[in-house]
Amino acid sequence: MRHDTAIAGLGSATFLALLAAAFGQDELFRSHMWVLFFVLLGAVIVLLRNTSFSPASAQSEDRSSYMDKPIRYGSIATMFWGVVGLLVGVVVALQLAYPDLNVEPWFNFGRMRPLHTSAVIFAFGGNALIATSFYVVQRTSRARLFGGDLVWFVFWGYQLFIVMAATGYLLGITQSREYAEPEWYVDLWLTIVWVAYLIVFLGTILKRKEPHIYVANWFYLSFIVTIAMLHVVNNLAIPVSLLGSKSYSAFAGVQDALTQWWYGHNAVGFFLTAGFLGMMYYFIPKQVNRPVYSYRLSIIHFWALIFLYIWAGPHHLHYTALPDWAQTLGMVFSIMLWMPSWGGMINGLMTLSGAWDKIRTDPIVRMMVMAVAFYGMSTFEGPMMSIKAVNSLSHYTDWTIGHVHSGALGWVGMISFGAIYFMVPKLWNRERLYSLRLVIWHFWLATLGIVVYAAVMWVSGIMQGLMWREYDEQGFLVYSFAETVAATHPYYVMRAAGGALYLAGALVMAFNVAMTILGYQREEKSIGGDAPALQPAQ
Amino acid sequence: MSEKHVDEATGVETTGHEWDGIKELNNPLPRWWVWTFYATIVWALAYTVAYPAWPLLTTATGGLLGYSSRVEIRNELAAAEAAKGDYVAAVQSKTVEEILSNETLRQFATAAGAAAFKVNCVQCHGSGAQGSAGYPNLNDDEWLWGGDIVQIQQTISHGIRFTADRDTRISEMPVFADMLEAPQIEQAATFVASLGGGEADAAVVEAGRTVFAENCASCHGEDGRGSREVGAPDLTDAIWLYGSSAADIARQIRTPRHGVMPAWSARLGDRTVKELAVYIHSLGGGE
Repeated sequence: MRHDTAIAGLGSATFLALLAAAFGQDELFRSHMWVLFFVLLGAVIVLLRNTSFSPASAQSEDRSSYMDKPIRYGSIATMFWGVVGLLVGVVVALQLAYPDLNVEPWFNFGRMRPLHTSAVIFAFGGNALIATSFYVVQRTSRARLFGGDLVWFVFWGYQLFIVMAATGYLLGITQSREYAEPEWYVDLWLTIVWVAYLIVFLGTILKRKEPHIYVANWFYLSFIVTIAMLHVVNNLAIPVSLLGSKSYSAFAGVQDALTQWWYGHNAVGFFLTAGFLGMMYYFIPKQVNRPVYSYRLSIIHFWALIFLYIWAGPHHLHYTALPDWAQTLGMVFSIMLWMPSWGGMINGLMTLSGAWDKIRTDPIVRMMVMAVAFYGMSTFEGPMMSIKAVNSLSHYTDWTIGHVHSGALGWVGMISFGAIYFMVPKLWNRERLYSLRLVIWHFWLATLGIVVYAAVMWVSGIMQGLMWREYDEQGFLVYSFAETVAATHPYYVMRAAGGALYLAGALVMAFNVAMTILGYQREEKSIGGDAPALQPAQ
Repeated sequence: MSEKHVDEATGVETTGHEWDGIKELNNPLPRWWVWTFYATIVWALAYTVAYPAWPLLTTATGGLLGYSSRVEIRNELAAAEAAKGDYVAAVQSKTVEEILSNETLRQFATAAGAAAFKVNCVQCHGSGAQGSAGYPNLNDDEWLWGGDIVQIQQTISHGIRFTADRDTRISEMPVFADMLEAPQIEQAATFVASLGGGEADAAVVEAGRTVFAENCASCHGEDGRGSREVGAPDLTDAIWLYGSSAADIARQIRTPRHGVMPAWSARLGDRTVKELAVYIHSLGGGE
């Protein structure tokens, strides 16, 4: 019988969720367990309807080829959560500009903001990383994914984590740690899923048929291992009750703050940088059809990056109760991180050597190049902002928000879009995308959106910083905080417009991808004429 | 597979590895990249010698420059105080009336009060001191407890209905829902609304006048002009904390709401309270 273990496991979990909903110690926990119960119940019903009782041998799939079905699901999930995350982003941007849009209590800014950040980083980014890592590791190892149905457990387990995190935020369940808001029981679940992910990925590498491990897989592996460590340490907590939604952190005071930012900064470093560099190292050479620029650079910048990144977290706590020595180290490690970060940019861009014309003729290449350009820009901006003198102006202002978004929208978003555009036709055996013209539309909507967003946040952030520190000649504060809030209003409106442009681009992409999957092809003239043949070097 | 070959387009040798069709060129590290990387490392090392950096067993290296962020902020605050010169001591020692009569001291205290107002008062009274529903406007000349400088200082120091302060000012509008019939409350509200010049049914106004005389005049006065002795508002002007319509007024008679102004002298100190009083006195309604 197909799905028998899955049905048995899910059925028991559904029953346990029902028990937890009945005996939960607080109202929030009971509500959250009801959510879990209905989600699991739905999954059981779907599985039961799809089960078949024919002998196992008659339905065994071909196990000699790559396991691509979970990647197809992952591509769709990436697209879906991307649109959701960006939509919530536009909503919270509008809430900041027009506070009347805060709908109490479920949809106020305080609950919607973590929904936005988690949806974009973990739901969109996480699904993109899981799907592409499965795609890349199979092809660069010439091996089918290790673990069989464990792969499906990783995919669906991760979606369950997303749903539990998101519904928890809206209910008001949070442990108030930025980018780690889910409470202890959701954290435990993610730990299990993540270890399964590590087993699948590492198992596939171990049974590879290539003598060497490709550079993309180094990055993916460092991302998976480090995120596991960060997640476990930062979320060490003692639950008030095993049937309750509240827990208390194992750390206190400034140590708690430092643990949180050690985690928070390396979520940027290993989730949003190392993971997506892995993506870049496969999809750019494939799409451009050129060799990686420098093997030596890839080794040096990989080890330098992962060694240096882990120490940079204290720069989030400049001029706080954190001891001076820790602030100094956080800052100098961030400065040293500049070149190792740029190593990835150089390798990405220079891989186009001999094929620069593809920026003109191939909109997918154009999108990936723009991603690398934004990567370079934000990995310069980051070390600069970590300098204490700069940080004293930029910290707590919109400049930080602009920085994060040039990284998230520019780098993470664009490189993921490029990877999806590359994978989808291959995963569904289509000759090409439904429309390359729509990719150009997407490119310009997204680029314009980011430029508006980042530029507006620079202006707004520097203005805030200057207003906050403005003293008159007698040494008295010039502006009240409320006045600085009022001054940012026009910028907040423009920021929402920039985000809306980016969202519009993602919707164009969703349509394009859906049409490709459904098997349509739009008749279009080729872009930029025929590519000239490669010229040998003189 | 591990055969090295030369890439045609660039003339660079590959490493001989290949994964899913991806090869790697054997380009050296860009020189500028290497030297910039070295430079950041050298700079980082130098910086950690100059500033507190390396953790030891129970403490950390202090750095050659002897920098400490705590000392820095202490020095900056001291310098800021020093820049204010003798004014601080003068405001500290003089009474608010004396400050008002000294032009330079008054200007200094007004600027200081404006800064303190931005941090502590705008949350309720608004950044222009314009107030809002339930929070008095401080720019006009209606004062519940008096608008001369001493009264303003008293209000800021001890607050209104702030029971933690023994000297706080307390006034309380009774809950008339327990004492009057519903029609009487409507009549009184209609009468009060008419005091400001609003049009209303004359018979109802007359009935309300009687209710008012018997129940309200003791605090708000025969003519409804209020009393600063008991903090009763003037009902004849256009200034209303909880709304000016007969319905708003009826609700305030039935089940009155009362705001609370905190006592600030314990939190901000007498000097800042004096500065705030001078600033508020300067806004236009000071007497």
